[in-house]
Amino acid sequence: MPSSSLASTMQSHFISGNEAVAWGARLARPHVIAAYPITPQTVVIERLAEWVAEGQLGSEFLHVESEHSALSACMGASALGARSFTASSSQGLLYMAECLHYASGGRFPIVMMNANRALALPWNIYGDQQDSLTLLSSGWIQIYIEDAQEALDMTIQAFAIAEHADVLTPVMLNLDGFVLTHTYEPVQIPAQEAVDAFLPPFRAVSKMDLEAPTNMGFTAGPAHYTEFKVQQHRAMLETTRVAAEVDAEFARRFGRSYGGAVTGYRCEDAEVVLVTLGSVAGTVRDAVDVLRDRGVAVGMLKLRFMRPFPAHEIEQALVATRAVGVLEKDISFGHAGAVFSEVASTLAGAANRPVLLNFVAGLGGRDISRADVEQMFVDLIAATTQPRERVRFVNVQETNNV
Amino acid sequence: MSEALSAKLSLSDDELFLGHKACAGCGGSLAVRLALKVLGERTFVVLPAGCMSAVGFLYPQLAFGCNAIISTFAGTASMLSGIAAAARALKLRDYHVVGFAGDGGTADIGLQALSGAIDRHENFIYICYDNEAYMNTGVQKSGLTPLGARTTTSPAGRVAAGARSRKKDLFEIVAAHGIDYAATATVAHTYDYIRKVEKARATVGTSFLHVLAPCPTGWGIETDQTLEVARGAVDCGLWIQAEYEGGHYRINKSTRRFKPIAEHLTSQKRFAHLGKADLVAIEKERDGRWKRIQRLCGAAGG
Repeated sequence: MPSSSLASTMQSHFISGNEAVAWGARLARPHVIAAYPITPQTVVIERLAEWVAEGQLGSEFLHVESEHSALSACMGASALGARSFTASSSQGLLYMAECLHYASGGRFPIVMMNANRALALPWNIYGDQQDSLTLLSSGWIQIYIEDAQEALDMTIQAFAIAEHADVLTPVMLNLDGFVLTHTYEPVQIPAQEAVDAFLPPFRAVSKMDLEAPTNMGFTAGPAHYTEFKVQQHRAMLETTRVAAEVDAEFARRFGRSYGGAVTGYRCEDAEVVLVTLGSVAGTVRDAVDVLRDRGVAVGMLKLRFMRPFPAHEIEQALVATRAVGVLEKDISFGHAGAVFSEVASTLAGAANRPVLLNFVAGLGGRDISRADVEQMFVDLIAATTQPRERVRFVNVQETNNV
Repeated sequence: MSEALSAKLSLSDDELFLGHKACAGCGGSLAVRLALKVLGERTFVVLPAGCMSAVGFLYPQLAFGCNAIISTFAGTASMLSGIAAAARALKLRDYHVVGFAGDGGTADIGLQALSGAIDRHENFIYICYDNEAYMNTGVQKSGLTPLGARTTTSPAGRVAAGARSRKKDLFEIVAAHGIDYAATATVAHTYDYIRKVEKARATVGTSFLHVLAPCPTGWGIETDQTLEVARGAVDCGLWIQAEYEGGHYRINKSTRRFKPIAEHLTSQKRFAHLGKADLVAIEKERDGRWKRIQRLCGAAGG
């Protein structure tokens, strides 16, 4: 329950995941919003444009000509110490890929919402996580959202994390396309004054200042380049601490906390755990409950952050398990899912390394049912006694039948 | 040129682009240096990856005395847009926003962002220093490489000798957007260039200057011939000095009789391979361009 008097002014609204992000961005009062439309992100920028047009939001809204330009414009704004926001998805995210690395290398604390969507070819507008997971090494903090309330709250938190002097790293908030972006839920919308108090205006440590001119975005040769990259890496590692502080402060003010980089569900005594991320976590929780009712000791570990990667938390949570599955909506062709690779490398040094299986599911928006997840647990339990194929596509038709 | 302006334009202690490592005789660096003398130190400068960013931004030796940043290659106009928007949002006063991009960065990879920015009437100046090829990477053909010019990707081969396509009409492309102000210029016609930068500075909305900036390295001319060759381009009608303002086109220097192109071109190694037929084709292309711009001037009442 809300614990502060400010939070008591919150109103509840029935809105979609996209609208929750738009509300979070509105409450953060960015100076500049630059965006290019792509399904299923469009509602975010439509709402923001409406509020700007109605005078309810004082941001400069740039109708740019591409996603590359959207992020490039955000970087220009950020270079002047302005707060900026954009949103994209899938093909658009890849189109701006050059700017993703540029923004993190330039230490521009931009916040972007990404509607997780499959990548062409074949064309597909539905949700999977191939787009953002392909860009794990782009230097952005990657957060995976489960519901609309978290989407709103984390949009606000994202600015606080990104702009922290020890971080100065852009944040990508990932929402499963349609399943989360287009699902309506009751959401508490905090009062503007409460958000203003939580998130003061951005004070850039380094910026292009008329009174103290500087040169930014420069070239660094072999003698200096590495040091910039080491600083970038360290700032990303600092994010774990800063994100926890930001979440605690948010909880104090608004009465809602999201519990760090990972959250476990019935993991404490679990012998078999399914690791996953994003909106499918709700389905996994239901499957865990069903199996627990049958007396099977299973649990779920939800990864909220993929960058920085919560290796320590994962190791702590999974060290006593017999089998660990990773359920994700992407595949690095010729190897495994990106999340599985990272989890497996984290557990590689564990004393009693659990059996590891990778469940690749939900590609191109294919439904993942509770029965599918229950079967994953069954497979995991079986794998503790007899070897199983490590990487498995779930609920897939034989290709000659397609 | 008045003595006072002449003194202002000569090298002084308060240069805003000084200590860079551009090649001797570089036209591009002259275009940047002169424009910044007009715009002053309260200027935000964006340069994409290219010659001027390569020679001006090698950490820790940074050559700009005002605020300056390298953008992505395609992102000059979009980063300028973000800066202009942030400056509005932050309520900054008394400043200028300017981009300097080469011909490839403008007419090829950066054209999309430039088009969008002009369409939005973003309040900045965009200066394209045109050295007619990708010089920073070693003289490869760009969309503004003129017909017949030899580059490393349009070599003077036996089957195809030099660039086979004509130079894009960048000025007309930009003007067709209904831009607030556009002009062509050269680094050799200093007073004219300065006047146009001043006009751009006074313009509310987007200004675009297309500046011919010879490159001794890429063109195969002596390092003391930069200005001479730029003047020659105007004298033989291969470069048209023009403006677009308030919806009207205007030719600044109408030449009744062009100087012959042969000597002007063949003094540059990049054209040394051209034969008579090539020169005729280049003349024909030049004449077509003049007809078109004269028609635009007439039609638009310029």
